[in-house]
Amino acid sequence: MSAQFPALIIIVPLLAALFVNIAGWIRRSLCFPTALAALVVSFLSAVGLMGRVMADGDVIYRMAGWDPPWGIALHIDHLNGIILILISLVAILNLIAHRTSAASQFTNRLGAFYALYLLFVTGLMGIVITGDTFNLYVLLEISSLSGYALLGMGGGRATLSSLHYLFLGTIGASFYLLGIGYLYIVTGSLNMVDIAGILPALENVAPVKVSFILCLVGLFIKMALFPLHTWLPNAYSHAPNPAASLIAPLTTKVMIYIMIRLILTVYQPDFAFIQMEIAEFIQWLAVIAIIAGSILAYKQNRLKRMLSYIIVVEVGYMVGGFWLGNAAGMTGAVLHVLNDAMMTLCVFLAAGAVMSRVQFDEFKHLQGLFGKMPYTMIAFVVGALSIIGVPPTCGFFSKWYLISGGINAGHYAFVAALIISSLVNVLLFFRVIEISYFEPFANHHHSHNHHAESLFQEASLDMLVPLLVTAGLLIAMGIYAHILVTQFIEPAVLPSLMGSL
Amino acid sequence: MPDLLSLFLAKYNYWVVIFLMMIGLYAMMAKNNLVKKIIGMNIFQTAVILFYVSIATKHDASIPIIGHGHNGHHAIHAADYMNPLPHVLMLTAIVVSVATLGVALALAVKAYQQHDTLEEDEIIEQLKTDYLSQQ
Repeated sequence: MSAQFPALIIIVPLLAALFVNIAGWIRRSLCFPTALAALVVSFLSAVGLMGRVMADGDVIYRMAGWDPPWGIALHIDHLNGIILILISLVAILNLIAHRTSAASQFTNRLGAFYALYLLFVTGLMGIVITGDTFNLYVLLEISSLSGYALLGMGGGRATLSSLHYLFLGTIGASFYLLGIGYLYIVTGSLNMVDIAGILPALENVAPVKVSFILCLVGLFIKMALFPLHTWLPNAYSHAPNPAASLIAPLTTKVMIYIMIRLILTVYQPDFAFIQMEIAEFIQWLAVIAIIAGSILAYKQNRLKRMLSYIIVVEVGYMVGGFWLGNAAGMTGAVLHVLNDAMMTLCVFLAAGAVMSRVQFDEFKHLQGLFGKMPYTMIAFVVGALSIIGVPPTCGFFSKWYLISGGINAGHYAFVAALIISSLVNVLLFFRVIEISYFEPFANHHHSHNHHAESLFQEASLDMLVPLLVTAGLLIAMGIYAHILVTQFIEPAVLPSLMGSL
Repeated sequence: MPDLLSLFLAKYNYWVVIFLMMIGLYAMMAKNNLVKKIIGMNIFQTAVILFYVSIATKHDASIPIIGHGHNGHHAIHAADYMNPLPHVLMLTAIVVSVATLGVALALAVKAYQQHDTLEEDEIIEQLKTDYLSQQ
């Protein structure tokens, strides 16, 4: 059984997506338990797999018994092991949190919603686990296509935003496919480890450089690095809450994982950071992304839209930190991938909980929320503190690594951008907290004798519990940050760095 | 000048691919009609598919089917046959591009049902007036 964990992680949610779709026609109440069971199996397999990786080293699973490089191999090491756990955990927490709101929003499309949800998670898990570059493209499109459909389910402005995301996402994926094509021309292989073995012996590196740039541009579009971010704020802020709080924490982070995987495993850090001579350029791009994203976030007057722009800022952190090319910067980037997924989930779930009671997310509607839904707001504050980077929460530790990486590399503009954006985050979140804590609840719709009744109106329990668990995890990941770093991230990042630099 | 011409002729498949990609990009950026944008997207994807197919060819090579291969005594030279793998990959990529087209058209139909038009500027105008009337 445990030998089949790598296959189970992908196949169980994939088959469950089919069953959920059928269950949607027969008995709608079966959809949620089936989806939850599939994701739990995925999660347990990911945990079991991580245990095997920690005990015996990398796990290579031959799909259908074909040996790599001919067959598709699933390759699990410390880096993707921990990200698999992260994806399945985020998916489970969000699934439970949005059980009731999904049932009320998508009444007769509930089966389709859960099927797309599972397909999206399947795609992301596949991207992370696969050891084959073309397989990665196909799974990338599986997750993206189900993502477009999920985001477009909202109606209203969501349709056009989702269509724009589809155009840009397709351009990004096509660039990635073209890059893989150039790599295939010179190496004749699609297996990541196999390509890595062939590349150093090549005399003509021009096609390799072209392929690297094409892959990178494609991924930058998909991960919404600043000048290419235009699809993200509209797509995420107009989307229905159950979809937005699944896709917002995961998509950009998994795209950053692909970039990390391509550089660490396929092209090698030596080639990417030194031979390509673009590290400096990308670091500056990240600095611009952080500053511009912060300014744009400050200009927003709706909660979800502001949070979407914060994702653009965080992408700048991770890309810039990773491209510093030193141990601290890369460790910080990988740690931030984990932390940022959890904190984005936390604030988006809180926004969803607020909108389940207040309907709107403009700042002016958030008055008096601390009195109305105290537990939700406590979780929101924990998420906000983590994004700002206040010590007991996990955001502080990844920011610490990123800043010390910037200092080690002597890139002070990046350090300055990180500190400035932290200060802007303080402004952003304290503006929200001030409105919701100090200004009394404005009772637009009720007369005064209903006021006492509307004072305490906490979100429903199945939304509140996952939210509080997420907030607790943010603090736990902060307290045990050193274990995450020494046990999971350093074994993933350091060996490939030692080998080449 | 002859150099440039021979460069163009020797690598004409790359030029065709770039030309098609640029047509697709132009349509996606400049066209106002959503269906025209979707057509542009499809041309863009097709360019990448043609790129893969073109890199599979070899000089003086035949299709990758081994004639009289049953008795197993024939020495097989890979140089005599075209590379079948890019074609196989592109079968998958065509499926992906058809699926993308399907999702895009479904979203366009939904936009048409909501706004009664496929012209992007008219849809954005409607969304703006909706937003202002909500305030």
